[in-house]
Amino acid sequence: MPESKSAIVMDADRIARTLTRIAHEIVERNKGVDGLALVGVRTRGVHIARRLARILKQITGDDVPTGALDITLYRDDLMRHPVGPQPVIRRTEIQFSIDDKKILLVDDVLYTGRTTRAALDALIDFGRPRAIQLIVLVDRGHRELPIKADYVGKNLPTNPDESVQVRLQETDGNDEVVLQQEATV
Amino acid sequence: MKRLLKGGRVIDPANGIDGVRDILIDGERIARVAANLPADGATVVEVPNGLVVCPGFIDMHVHLREPGQEHKETVATGTASAVAGGFTAVACMPNTNPVNDTANVTTYILDKAREANLARVYPIGAVSRGSKGELLADIADLRNAGCVAITDDGHPVKTAILLRRALEYAGMFGMPVIEHCEDPSLKGDAVAHEGFYAASLGLRGMPGACEALGVERGVLLSELTGSAFHVAHMSARASLRAVRKAKDAGLRVTCEVAPHHFTLTDEALGTPVAYDTNTKMNPPLREAADRDAMLEGISDGSVDAIATDHAPHHYDEKNVEYDRAPFGIVGLETAVSLSLDRLVHAGRVRLVRMVELLSVNPARILNVPGGTLSEGAPADITIVAPELKVKIEAAKLRSRSKNTPFNGWELRGGVAATLVGGRPLYVNAEAGISL
Amino acid sequence: MSPHATVHDIDQPPAVTSLRSKDLLGIADLTPDEITLVLDTADAMKEIASRPIKKVPALRGKTVVNLFFEPSTRTRTSFEIAEKRLSADTLNIAIATSSVVKGETLADTALNLEAMRPDMIVLRHSSSGACHLLSRICRSAIINAGDGMHEHPTQALLDAFTIRERKRQLKGLKVAIIGDLLHSRVLRSNILLLTKMGADVWVCGPPTLMPPDIRRFGVNATSSIETAITGADVIMLLRIQLERMEGAYFPSLREYFNVFGMTEARLKLARPDVMIMHPGPMNRGVEIASEVADGPYSVILDQVANGVAVRMAVLYLLAGGAEHEEAA
Repeated sequence: MPESKSAIVMDADRIARTLTRIAHEIVERNKGVDGLALVGVRTRGVHIARRLARILKQITGDDVPTGALDITLYRDDLMRHPVGPQPVIRRTEIQFSIDDKKILLVDDVLYTGRTTRAALDALIDFGRPRAIQLIVLVDRGHRELPIKADYVGKNLPTNPDESVQVRLQETDGNDEVVLQQEATV
Repeated sequence: MKRLLKGGRVIDPANGIDGVRDILIDGERIARVAANLPADGATVVEVPNGLVVCPGFIDMHVHLREPGQEHKETVATGTASAVAGGFTAVACMPNTNPVNDTANVTTYILDKAREANLARVYPIGAVSRGSKGELLADIADLRNAGCVAITDDGHPVKTAILLRRALEYAGMFGMPVIEHCEDPSLKGDAVAHEGFYAASLGLRGMPGACEALGVERGVLLSELTGSAFHVAHMSARASLRAVRKAKDAGLRVTCEVAPHHFTLTDEALGTPVAYDTNTKMNPPLREAADRDAMLEGISDGSVDAIATDHAPHHYDEKNVEYDRAPFGIVGLETAVSLSLDRLVHAGRVRLVRMVELLSVNPARILNVPGGTLSEGAPADITIVAPELKVKIEAAKLRSRSKNTPFNGWELRGGVAATLVGGRPLYVNAEAGISL
Repeated sequence: MSPHATVHDIDQPPAVTSLRSKDLLGIADLTPDEITLVLDTADAMKEIASRPIKKVPALRGKTVVNLFFEPSTRTRTSFEIAEKRLSADTLNIAIATSSVVKGETLADTALNLEAMRPDMIVLRHSSSGACHLLSRICRSAIINAGDGMHEHPTQALLDAFTIRERKRQLKGLKVAIIGDLLHSRVLRSNILLLTKMGADVWVCGPPTLMPPDIRRFGVNATSSIETAITGADVIMLLRIQLERMEGAYFPSLREYFNVFGMTEARLKLARPDVMIMHPGPMNRGVEIASEVADGPYSVILDQVANGVAVRMAVLYLLAGGAEHEEAA
């Protein structure tokens, strides 16, 4: 039986430093955190967004409003799967108005870009932000839509038969990014 | 022509016979019954081992639907269904359109029966004109035209006074009154047996007491008038209790049970198919305790006859919401297999008793020829194959309608051949007998 | 976090992620896990009502037919709003029925509809089992919006959702249900759901309106309202149809109210944080006193609001179901 090989491409330490670096980039590009809000894409994007909010508070002393966005109902592959379970919906929680804000959309992995497209559609239904910037922990390439991240934790070239697993303390018990070679059946 | 049925096990309770005999049929009649008869110019038919030769079965409760509802069944298709089911004679109910409340309709039915020339037909006439429950029908006329009993089947006789009069009047001719026992106010607009399953499915229910009330009424009036009262399609244990008491008191009360009431319960309403309208009939399928009581009554002799209440309905009529579907299922072609499998093979009755239930007693209750294999009697003979594997297939039924809940059932036992007046009108190729 | 916290840890994966059946014909066919899935999904759907744009594209391009053989403003509107919020195309067909059978049979109506290939049919009908019949004929997903005296599954689901919002879980709650138990489809669905989820259910009503063998459903049955509501966490009142009086089920509405009506005085027997529920429409002064209906314990209007979220959840979960090649 062919084995699947996996390699840790980011460990806990690396992730922490990367998020700190991104936080500084945010402050630099936006000249502070005024008018910014973080919206994490469920599920792991939410945790990353919250961590960024904490770091930004440490750096600037200011609170950045943070929300959670469930994009399931906006996916373009909804209802198209002939078999298989429906994706599970979770609550969207954006307790602030996004009108005129610069929204920092946060996700764990940027791949085809379809999730981001769905998130953009969802956000537009919530209001009219001044701008939307995209933050991802890992960009693994193979875009199918013209989507680009504004802040990237790590650029990771991959093959389509590989998968990128982001594990976080909050959901999985530890922090690491793993590149897994899918076992060919 | 002469036919010799050779070497079969013959069960003829009326003549106390249960053993291997030969039967010589001459023309329309039974000429001789004895062991080791010589062929003497007769066509010899070897009765294969295991088959049982019985007096022709008589179904005393059948709806032939003609005149007026020929889309469901006709006398021709109904009698074809009957012989395929092992029945040499049927008694047909008067709730046709028009109701069989005059000699005209009776004659019409008998003409059709003659035309079809299959199972014998004994019409049952109406108690009241139009079965409306107001005025008595011309019972003597009906009698002379050929009716063997009277009933307002479909519903009970409307009032106690009318039922009393009917019993007195019909008693003149020795005709039994057959009653669909029910209290209409307790029934209301119910469509099922009042119980857990009806409650689960949200169907209005009628309790067993609804039927038993009608039985008690009939029993008392039978006592009052001294006339014969027959409970049609009995289904409730409370009814059986009343019938037993009546018999113990020596009253002229008899009863019949349909195969669905000794095999199915109200659980069938939800399983295997929810709201299957082929589980809807009146009286309804009842709870297990009632079904078990029917089995007990059949075993201990309290039940006199098995009668199918064969009630054909067109597919379109049954393919509607449960509330709206008409009551009834076909039964002629499933009765014998169900009886053999669920009564004989299940150890509840012996074959002799089954023959009494299907032949001897119906003939006696209706006062018609049959129920025996006596020498000189009409050669109405049913040959059953108790070990034959039968699979019920609704699509293959000879009845014009296919509304049966037994589709797909695999049963042990079936009909091998049916002879009416010596003519083999049905032969089951799989039973191995060549007629 | 909202004050109505859900039990689930946000990242806890649900036990099941889809419904097994292509239809929702009744609570009888749902497992407790499936019920939880519907409620969790409804929770997510509820938030959409608070957005400026109350619409998501999830059912875009899907056709949903609301086929109502019984008049109903409340349920039909609720379904319609739910369908539109999911961006489905809705079609309302109201069929007037008379007691005399005329015109097309349900089977023929279904076949004609089926020819136009709707994705889902929401059916309300006066005959128990009508949805089962439709399900045998149509490939579309069938949602039971109330069939005769049988079930009204989305009502029970929204009731459960409303209870769970406030009480966090259904297990172990004492729920009293009072009213016409015999004819009520809301009752059947509710007792099936509540017993499946481990609630302690007490049903109460006059013996004439009590289904036989009711205890076989796993509930306590009593004709004493005091027994039923003492210590109750939730009291559900069922509508008494005024016509029942003619069936001799009880002598008068006045007497019904005196013996079984929910009054402020009787309320004191329940727990201090009791919830008063009613599927509507209410008969004030018959099954419920006005003061109670409008009082602080009543969540009747919440039920209505939750109805949309729950129906959105059901539509969503069934719309994604496997395509069936042929009807069963």
